[in-house]
Amino acid sequence: MSDVAIQVRNLGKKYRIGALMKRNDTLRDQIVDWSNHLIHRFQRKPSAAQDESILWALKDISFDVKKGQVLGVIGKNGAGKSTLLKVLSRITEPSAGEVQINGRVGSLLEVGTGFHPELTGRENIYLNGAILGMARTEINRKFDAIVEFSEVGRFIDTPVKRFSSGMYLRLAFAVAAFMEPEILVVDEVLAVGDAEFQQKCLGKMSEVAQEGRTILFVSHNMSAILRLTQEAIVLNKGQLQLRAPTPEAVDLYLSGGHTKAGEHIWQTEEIPTDSAPFLPEAMRLIDIHGNIVDTIRSTEPAFLEVEYTLRAPITGLRIGIYLYTARGEAVLTSFDTDEVELFDKHTRRKAGRYISRCTIPEDILNQGRYTVSFNASSYNVRRYFRDEQVLDFTVDATGAPGMQWSEPRPGVIRPRLEWDIRER
Amino acid sequence: MDDLAQTTRTKSRSITLRPSQGWIPLNLRDLWLYRELVYFLTWRDIKVRYKQAVLGVLWAILQPVFTMIVFSVILGYLLQVPTENDIPYPVFSFVGLLPWQLFANSLSKSGSSLVGSANLITKVYFPRLVIPISALGATMVDFMISFVVLIGLLVYYKLPITWNILWLPLFLLFAMVTALAVGLWLSALNVQYRDVQQMIGPIINLWMYASPVVYSATIIPSESWQLVYALNPMAGVIKGFRWALLGTQPPDLSLAVSVGVVLVLLVSGLYFFKRMERIFADIV
Repeated sequence: MSDVAIQVRNLGKKYRIGALMKRNDTLRDQIVDWSNHLIHRFQRKPSAAQDESILWALKDISFDVKKGQVLGVIGKNGAGKSTLLKVLSRITEPSAGEVQINGRVGSLLEVGTGFHPELTGRENIYLNGAILGMARTEINRKFDAIVEFSEVGRFIDTPVKRFSSGMYLRLAFAVAAFMEPEILVVDEVLAVGDAEFQQKCLGKMSEVAQEGRTILFVSHNMSAILRLTQEAIVLNKGQLQLRAPTPEAVDLYLSGGHTKAGEHIWQTEEIPTDSAPFLPEAMRLIDIHGNIVDTIRSTEPAFLEVEYTLRAPITGLRIGIYLYTARGEAVLTSFDTDEVELFDKHTRRKAGRYISRCTIPEDILNQGRYTVSFNASSYNVRRYFRDEQVLDFTVDATGAPGMQWSEPRPGVIRPRLEWDIRER
Repeated sequence: MDDLAQTTRTKSRSITLRPSQGWIPLNLRDLWLYRELVYFLTWRDIKVRYKQAVLGVLWAILQPVFTMIVFSVILGYLLQVPTENDIPYPVFSFVGLLPWQLFANSLSKSGSSLVGSANLITKVYFPRLVIPISALGATMVDFMISFVVLIGLLVYYKLPITWNILWLPLFLLFAMVTALAVGLWLSALNVQYRDVQQMIGPIINLWMYASPVVYSATIIPSESWQLVYALNPMAGVIKGFRWALLGTQPPDLSLAVSVGVVLVLLVSGLYFFKRMERIFADIV
């Protein structure tokens, strides 16, 4: 048997969307339609052509996954990632092309599929395990390990409707974590739950990855992708844009087209017409030497600036940035007119070109990747323009206190705290 | 790692996924591999239904009993609808009601089963036939419970239980297969045309009058009309139940007609279902 686990050749998947509106979803309508067609045939009148537009959610995709490989799948929303997983999981059928799968596939597209609120935790473990494809003997064998992993403890015999959402997720993930298929297909399950839960999931996923199973992993969480996979494919509008070592693939995905390192210049097609008279120009990250960069040192301050044009005067405009970690955790939100004096001074901005620039202090952000979202609005009045994930940058903590021990430290901030050591 | 292939029901094998065309093979082997899932889904339905054990049992008993009482008063006593062999109307109609309610409840459950399991269909793979099949399980339990009441009625009216009762499981199976056959058609259609679900109720109402639930099949005038009547498979089922429990009209050629109809419905239902299966996840 070859060492290829999954072989995808010219895979395509289409959906009919126009017809979804007009498609008869009641038998009554369908019968009316048929009789209309019949009548029209007799009258020799051309019946109105059915307006159907076809959307190719996946188009001509080809790639191989070797046995034991962990492949990441990344792409914007709507790029076709979940559709790809659905095809590989045999939930939906390809419209074109072919997929060859060598090995048993276990798919984790959702945690807690089939959980019934009236059943107890114990009963749901069996139910969910069976749905995921585990044999009863298998579930029996793993039962204790599952309960232990979920940390649900003595609540195992309570109906699941009484669980907190955290317990529910932990239990659901625990069952899924003990699936042992040869090929594992995982979709975004890390997007739910608190940070601790996500860490646990990640940990388990890397364990599974190290056991030598073939894994296909879809996520928006770039740090998870970077941590778990060596190679990744980038999907864009249903097509395979790139297959490369993960850091390269992540870069391509994050850069999203019109951003070169450290600067995003907004193109006309990105700006909706109703944002006028506000016109965004560019967002930049600048280091203390004045260079446009995409990596800044945490030991130095840096500047984030937004350049924009007002075609007409605007009153009460606020330019805001939202900083998130690559994991999606919110770090801070700040508006250029947060300070009362600035707001008073610039309540009314006349037409013209502007730059709003803020200083990101040194010794505040932890090492890692961050993403900036943008919003221009008038509080409670109107939102002019917003854009998510405009700019991505990396914070390099070299030289920061504690960096002599190279371990990642949890925490979004990494300030320089003053410590005092004394003998009692 | 060494139990990779053994922990699982499906042994490691290669599958090729391609767009399918035309009639799709039934692939019953796959269904057999997933038999445990049928068990678990059935078990889930039963557990949830009987979570409140007393209410569940009560409902299983009250539904046929009350219906029987209403029928007995209006049809049996006031309208004097004739039974067979002078069997008292209450027990006569009850014997017809039991398989009928099994059929009706199974049909209505399996008809909406696919749409009701949309959350599973869009997230996990398993042969979709599992769903209408497991929809039948819980109604069996209801049947068993009301069967106990039936035995009680037979004893109360001092009606003899003969060896014919051994044929009962066969007729029970016949009823289940009928429900499954029609259920396959309905559930597959319901995914695409959502009003099918609403049609099930009225259809069942009409169907009941076409079946010998509240009357005896002997009222059908001639032999040839009996055969036409037997195109309704539930006619065969109920006549069979009555014969097995009450010793009325024994099965004849018309039973063969009923069985034939069910087999045609079943096989065509399976193929239709399989054909629709490939788009279930897309439109459910």
